[in-house]
Parts: sequence; structure tokens; C-alpha cells
Amino acid sequence: MDRLKQWRPLGAIILALALDKYLPDSSQHPPVEEPYLTYALILLALIFGLAPLSRRFSAAFSEKIKEKADFYAVFFLFLNLWNVVTKKYCLLPAIFFPNPDRILSVLVEDYHYLFVDCLGSSAKLLLLGFVSGAAVGLLTGIAVGFSKKAAYWVNPIIRILGPMPPTAWIPIVLVAFPSTFQGAVFLIALSVWFPTTIMTASGILNVQNAFFEVASTLGAGRSYQIFHVGIPAAMPFIFIGIFTGACASFITLMTAEMVGVKNGIGWYINWQRQMLSYANVYAGLIIIALSFYSLITLLFKMRDHVLVWQKGVIKW
Amino acid sequence: MVAGQIRIEDVVKIFRHHDGQETRALSGIDFTVEAGEFVSLIGPSGCGKSTLLRLIAGLEEANSGALYLDGQKITRPDAQRGLVFQNPYLFPWLTVQANVSFGLKARKVYREKKDEVKKFLHLVGLKDFGQVYPHQLSGGMAQRASLARALINRPRVLLLDEPLGALDAFTRMNMQDEILRIRQEEQITMIMVTHDVDEAIYLSDRIVIMTPGPAKIETVKKVPFPRPRARSYPDFLRLRSDILNILNFGGHLEEPPYQI
Ligand SMILES: Nc1ncnc2c1ncn2[C@@H]1O[C@H](COP(=O)(O)OP(=O)(O)OP(=O)(O)O)[C@@H](O)[C@H]1O
Ligand SMILES: [Mg+2]
Repeated sequence: MDRLKQWRPLGAIILALALDKYLPDSSQHPPVEEPYLTYALILLALIFGLAPLSRRFSAAFSEKIKEKADFYAVFFLFLNLWNVVTKKYCLLPAIFFPNPDRILSVLVEDYHYLFVDCLGSSAKLLLLGFVSGAAVGLLTGIAVGFSKKAAYWVNPIIRILGPMPPTAWIPIVLVAFPSTFQGAVFLIALSVWFPTTIMTASGILNVQNAFFEVASTLGAGRSYQIFHVGIPAAMPFIFIGIFTGACASFITLMTAEMVGVKNGIGWYINWQRQMLSYANVYAGLIIIALSFYSLITLLFKMRDHVLVWQKGVIKW
Repeated sequence: MVAGQIRIEDVVKIFRHHDGQETRALSGIDFTVEAGEFVSLIGPSGCGKSTLLRLIAGLEEANSGALYLDGQKITRPDAQRGLVFQNPYLFPWLTVQANVSFGLKARKVYREKKDEVKKFLHLVGLKDFGQVYPHQLSGGMAQRASLARALINRPRVLLLDEPLGALDAFTRMNMQDEILRIRQEEQITMIMVTHDVDEAIYLSDRIVIMTPGPAKIETVKKVPFPRPRARSYPDFLRLRSDILNILNFGGHLEEPPYQI
């Protein structure tokens, strides 16, 4: 039974290939230049067909695929269902629910425009906003956490501005900044800044005083205590702030691109929606999902690296 | 001259609470710990032992009176006066080795004194655990690591606040011997808070017995026995019952004694 389990995804893929080949297409879906879905399924069949055999070369990869076998199998069944519902029987309005072939054709044929121009622009915006917002957030958080005076002046600002959705500022930002790009960077930075500041400050305030006392009896001065006790001890909190900030920045990025910035993947989706090219909208959504998934995964990896001391799984 | 004399001069410590009430934690403590001496503080819970150690460490300020280390007034924490708490408080984000190195790095002498780290890890029997994070240590190991972390600064005075309180009896006796050995090697003045009369007699040159409310020094007992000491030596037991009597834990011993 267990040995069969790892072959389930392959079974689902072969079923999809067979249905795609032998069921007649509905006439309402416009044809595509190449059978992209077939290509994709063959590629997937190769991956999932070889994975169980690849144990000798990459045990980790093969093990991972085996563990998630049921998930992948169900996912391919869903893909199959979607293909049948759209391309084969056209049970949903074709214009809003394009078939997988059409979406894949957009991804392949508009590859350069989507991935280089649009995604590139979004990435630049997000990176600038995220890095500056996180950096300023860390600094304000540290200041508020360690200095009563900074807390006195900054806390009211955080309390008033923090809970406001950054996108509420769009009308002002659009006129206050020389370019919408700069305005969008500011908004994204703002949405990262707030959670990072809050979590950094409360992380530092939550550090047991005993740690500072120990450090001071070991000869650590004020700044050494800040950088070698307060901040490392607050790291778990700081990461929560940065995660929350990252998610907020994704929302802000999309909104900013949809209403102001004339570039980027959010703008592309909005534009294609207005032209009723829903295959392109779905392609854009897939790109967003994959990119944000990768970014969050990257953050998690960084956290695991920085917080090894917390996990309790490291072996020596 | 051996350095490490602590002079406590008429020290009063009052804590003010939020509701305006006051706790008189120490009222007029006057005492001198000689350089190289081992002194134990013993007394009922809440009588101000920890407060006195924290004052010596410089973590609290006296309301009146003053404290001196080798004639110099104590105003703030310093690496000259190491403190080991009952809870080891190892920095969880640092490996054991990095924890032990902390004082050297904080004082910016790590480069010259790198070799000390190995030496002190060895001294407390943790030489194979340098790369381990604190949550992977047992209670006794963690306490030894925190001892090494305090010792590496070679403080003139080491303050120990019930450092062995959380350990089982066997680990505890091992650690007591370890502390004695370190003291012999390093010639450090040690002031230790303990609730364990045996431990106090086994380790100390003098035992300070404190009374609560308001906290004062009741008696100072000299322990005139040569080291190493035997815990069942008759004089040891006599001193023990003396101290327990002062603390009102003597009980009644009918004549003749129980047959075992
Ligand atoms: N930071 C503080 N604020 C207010 N009161 C305090 C503070 N620290 C200690 N006290 C009070 O001072 C008194 C002495 O406390 P201390 O911790 O020195 O006792 P202790 O002798 O160490 O007791 P134990 O043996 O239980 O550790 C207690 O009544 C305690 O409530
Ligand atoms: Mg205490």
C-alpha cells in the first residue's frame, strides 16, 4: 500500500492526459497555438514518474514527493476537473473561466513581458519599500524599546498612524510625491514599518530584566547590552513583525499598482480585467501566488537560520 | 595584598511599592568580608539576602550607608563583582561557549584571552558542550556554565545567590566541591546565599545569620575547621545544631538519643 502511494500523483496525471486527449473539446473556447497542457502534463509525468526512482540520487527530494503524494494527486485531479469543466464541456462562462491551455499559453507567449517587465517592476517596488520600511521599523522599534524619551514621542504617532490602512493615504500620496513610483515605495514602506516597529519594541520590552542584569555584572555597557542582549532576545518578536509587515506590503503593492502605478503585475491584472482577457488575469494571479509564496518561504528559511537556538531541533 | 575585600557600612534598603507602602528590606547592615574569604548568608525567606547581594553587585542602590570594594565605593555593576543567580539565566541565543565568552567580548579583551574560554569550560566540566545551546543542557550543566561565565572575568568577588538551590542532592555536593576547587585555584572572595546549613558549614569561613523584619545580622559564626571537611564530623554536627537553634529549627532532642 505504502509503495503504491508514491505513484498516485502519476496516476492522476495520466488520467488527466487521457481525458484531455479523448474527450471532445467544446467549441466555445478559442483554440491555442500549441497543446500547452499536454506538454505540462508530460513534464509533470516525468517528474513524478522519476521521483520514486531517484531515491539513489536525491533521497531528500524523493522523500518529500512521497510525503506529499496525496496532496499532489488531489491537486492534479482538481486541475483535471477544471480542464473538463471548461475546455471539454464549457459548464462555466468561457470568457471569465478560461481553460488551462489558454492560461498556459499566456504564461508562455507573454513570458518576457510578464516576468521581466511586470514582475521586475513589482519586485523593484516591493524590495525598495520593504527594505526601507523594515530598516526604519527596526530603528524606531529599538529606540522605543530602549529609550523612554523616544517612547514618549513616538508611541502616540504609532498608535494613531499604525492602525490606519496604508492604502487610505493613496489620495494624498498621489499628489504629495513627485512620481507614483516613489509614492508607492512610501506606502509599502509604511505598511512594513508599523508591524516591525510594534513587534521590535514589544519584543525588547518583554526581555527579562535578569538578562540585562547578568550582562551588566559581566561588564557589558549600555550599547553592548542593546546589541547583544536586547535585540537578539527580541528576535522571535522581530520576525513576527517582519512577517506581518511582508503580508501587509503585498496588499499595499497590489493596491498601489491597481490604482496608481502604471506598471507591475497588479497593474497588468487590472488592465487585462478591463479588456476582459481573463486568461491573462489568471496568469497574473498565478505569478503573484508563486512569487509571494517564494518570498515567504525565503523569510521562513532566514528565520530558521537566525533562530536555531529557539527551535530545539538542532543536533550536535 | 590579596584584593577582594567588601565593606558593607550601615546599609539601609527600603523598597517603595506602587501603592506608597514601604518594605524595609535591610536595616543597618554593617559587615566586612575579608579578601579571599568565603562567607555564607543564611536566614529565613524574605529577610533580604538577595537584596544584600544585589547591592554588592551594584544592581540596587542603598537608601543610606555605602558599600566598598577594596575601599572603592560601589555605584554600579562591574565585572569585578560577578553574580550567579539561582536561575542560571544563560543567554538562550548563544551557544554555551559564546555564553562563557560573553564577559570577555563585552570587555573587549576576547582576542587576547580566547584561550581562557576552553580553560573555564574545562574547569566546570563542559569542554565537550561548547557548541550546544542552553536548552540542551541539564539544570546542573546550565548552572556550571553560568558559573564559568561569571568566573572567566576573574572577578575579585563572586556573589552566589542560591546557585545550587535547584539541583538534586548529588549534583549539589559535586558542585560544592567544584566551587571549593575553583576558589582554591582562583583566590576569589565568595559570598553565597544559601538555605542549606550543611552547605554553609561545608564551604564557609564564616556564616552570617540574618533575621527578618527588619532585616539585620543576628549572629556571625566562624567555621574553624580545616578543609576538606567531613560532613559527619562531630564538631560539624554541633555547629549545625547551633545554627539551626538560632534559626528556631532546632527541634527537641530527648535524652538518650534515638536508637537507629
Ligand atoms: N524590587 C523589589 N521591589 C519591592 N520589594 C522588594 C523588591 N525586591 C525585594 N523586595 C522585598 O524585600 C524583601 C527582601 O527580599 P529578598 O529577595 O532580598 O529576600 P531573600 O532573603 O533573598 O528571600 P529568599 O530567601 O526567599 O530568596 C522582601 O520582603 C521583598 O518583598
Ligand atoms: Mg533570594
